[in-house]
Amino acid sequence: MSCLAGKSRTCFTRNVSAPELPLSAPLNVGFDYTRSVGPVLGRFVNALRERRVEGVRGSDGRVHVPPLEYDPVTAEALSEFVPVASEGVIVSWSWIAEPVDGQPLSRPFAWALIRLDGADSSILHAVDAGSPASVHTGQRVRIRWADETVGHIRDIAYFVPVDGPDTEATEAPPPVAKREEGAPVSVVITPIHLRYEHSASPEESRYLRGLAEGKLIGQRCPSCEKVYIPPRGACPTDGIPTTDEVELPDTGIVTTFCIVNVPFLGQKIKPPYVAAYILLDGADIAFLHLVLGCDAADVRMGMRVRAAWKPRDEWWTSLENIGHFEPTGEPDAPYESFAHHL
Amino acid sequence: MPDVAVVGFAQAPNVRSTPGTTNGVEMLVPIFAEVFERTGLSKEDIGFWCSGSSDYLAGRAFSFIAAVDAIGAFPPIHESHVEMDAAWALYEAWLKIRMGEVDTALVYGFGKSSAGQLRRVLALQMDPYVVAPLWPDSVSVAGIQARLGLESGLWSEKDLAEVAARSRADAAGNPAAQLSGTVEVAELLDAPYFADPLRAHDIAPITDGAAVLVLASAERAADLVDSPAVITGIEHRVDSPALGVRDLTKSPSTAAAGRALDLDGVEVAELHAPFTHQELILRDALGLGDQVRINPSGGVLTGNPMFSAGLARIGEAANRILDGSARKTLAHATSGPVLQQNLVATLEVLS
Repeated sequence: MSCLAGKSRTCFTRNVSAPELPLSAPLNVGFDYTRSVGPVLGRFVNALRERRVEGVRGSDGRVHVPPLEYDPVTAEALSEFVPVASEGVIVSWSWIAEPVDGQPLSRPFAWALIRLDGADSSILHAVDAGSPASVHTGQRVRIRWADETVGHIRDIAYFVPVDGPDTEATEAPPPVAKREEGAPVSVVITPIHLRYEHSASPEESRYLRGLAEGKLIGQRCPSCEKVYIPPRGACPTDGIPTTDEVELPDTGIVTTFCIVNVPFLGQKIKPPYVAAYILLDGADIAFLHLVLGCDAADVRMGMRVRAAWKPRDEWWTSLENIGHFEPTGEPDAPYESFAHHL
Repeated sequence: MPDVAVVGFAQAPNVRSTPGTTNGVEMLVPIFAEVFERTGLSKEDIGFWCSGSSDYLAGRAFSFIAAVDAIGAFPPIHESHVEMDAAWALYEAWLKIRMGEVDTALVYGFGKSSAGQLRRVLALQMDPYVVAPLWPDSVSVAGIQARLGLESGLWSEKDLAEVAARSRADAAGNPAAQLSGTVEVAELLDAPYFADPLRAHDIAPITDGAAVLVLASAERAADLVDSPAVITGIEHRVDSPALGVRDLTKSPSTAAAGRALDLDGVEVAELHAPFTHQELILRDALGLGDQVRINPSGGVLTGNPMFSAGLARIGEAANRILDGSARKTLAHATSGPVLQQNLVATLEVLS
């Protein structure tokens, strides 16, 4: 599996955990995977759109459905397409009594490997069979097509016993792939939605609960005595948990900053504005926040700033309680005093 | 090229869920301390660090970066990561030592499987065009594999229950195990199906956990522990991701990895089989006879921390050498759906 970089959109909701446990909250991740199909899978999904199935012949003569771009034995590129039937036989199956989100059916069904007539390998798909007693290896099944086909594997809504009636689809088809009207499908879109229960570490939880009371709680590494805010699960220098609690003031300096000039989706402030690393007095690590309340061009390294807190009735376990930082008007900190934090 | 030996192994308790973070720091810090104490090494002595984990378990991009805090990564360290079971991170570390680039390495894996819905998250390991969009859960796909063997007479439901019962009995001696104890085969067979033909005992439990293992060149290893476990062979292979092309009752990639090694005289084998029938497939692929003791730790059917369970198999196989109870052991790790990718290693007493 590749990493999720750049593809996640998260949504945190407010937490209601018991105070002694680390804070946790639902984390919902969603994104649409948009993939180009290339010549082999492209031919397959375009045929599905026309309610036909095409396989590809492997170098050993076997016909593979779904088609493979490269032969599983010789790794040779494959290109000889072979039409196959939309009926076939169950090679093996398992029963899913409680379907999970996104599956082809939300009522109990069978997962099956199905060898379509004219194919030598099998396709994994769902069979709407009602109960495990009415499905068996060797059973003949046929494709139940989606009501609207778009050029996607889910144009096959699921399979049904060959003599059985069409049943009602329970999952909506995926979004229509982007294409010119009538043009072949070259891109398929697959929506991915995952739900997690995200937990903060015990140290982060202390910090977040402190924010709900208007306090800035850092923690000190018992070995190197550096003070981290937010506290970390372990000191990155010593690899041991930060333990001693330190309440920090809401004043500090700008160590470095950038002026945001570029508008982007979801932006809350009109550019130009300043995102800065703020080093609170007594802390050994800076964190990212906004500097407002002055012209962006006047922000500089070493500038003294103070937190501008939102009204108390808006506070919760979040750094959002501080709307931004603003200049105090005090003299700047000398460069040497923060150079080692850059 | 220098030989490479395992000199230390530790794992976090295998549990159904922890209240901790998905970056594993809380699970990793204590077990790092444990291997450092056992080997007398400190973090400054480690030449290379490598880990295995998955963003999909955490639901966060680059989630493994936060785990680096548990290392104490300042001043900067020499570090890498694989989005696979950490057994493959061990392979990378083994190469670093073989190439003479470093003479010690620390490998770790972690996963908080309980944060999401594991069997659904694992659907994303499959082909992204024609399989993953259907969200086939990992248990159902393994059920299809199990039925192929049941209906062709390769194994029976009783054979599978016997694997589960033996694993749980063996896990009684493993303090890290999640499940253990005496269970009757008949009692297991009375339980309802979870995903016909699989019952709960056929399926490895959902487990949060972490493991760490320290490698050293054979020369260095001799100074660190009394009986280092030398990795005398290590190979990994992969089968086609196209499920319908494979004969799912066999594991050609495991067999190919095993053929590249000398398996004569193996006394103990730790096999990474998340489903009962997969243990039978692996034994067959490796040609392990009745004289080979399988999974004395209880195996992953008694605790399956994703992305560290394969590494832990190597650790358990090494422990039998480190504690003097065996002279030659085998470790197997798998990654991906229905035994897609397989790694096999042999470990022996330093001669």
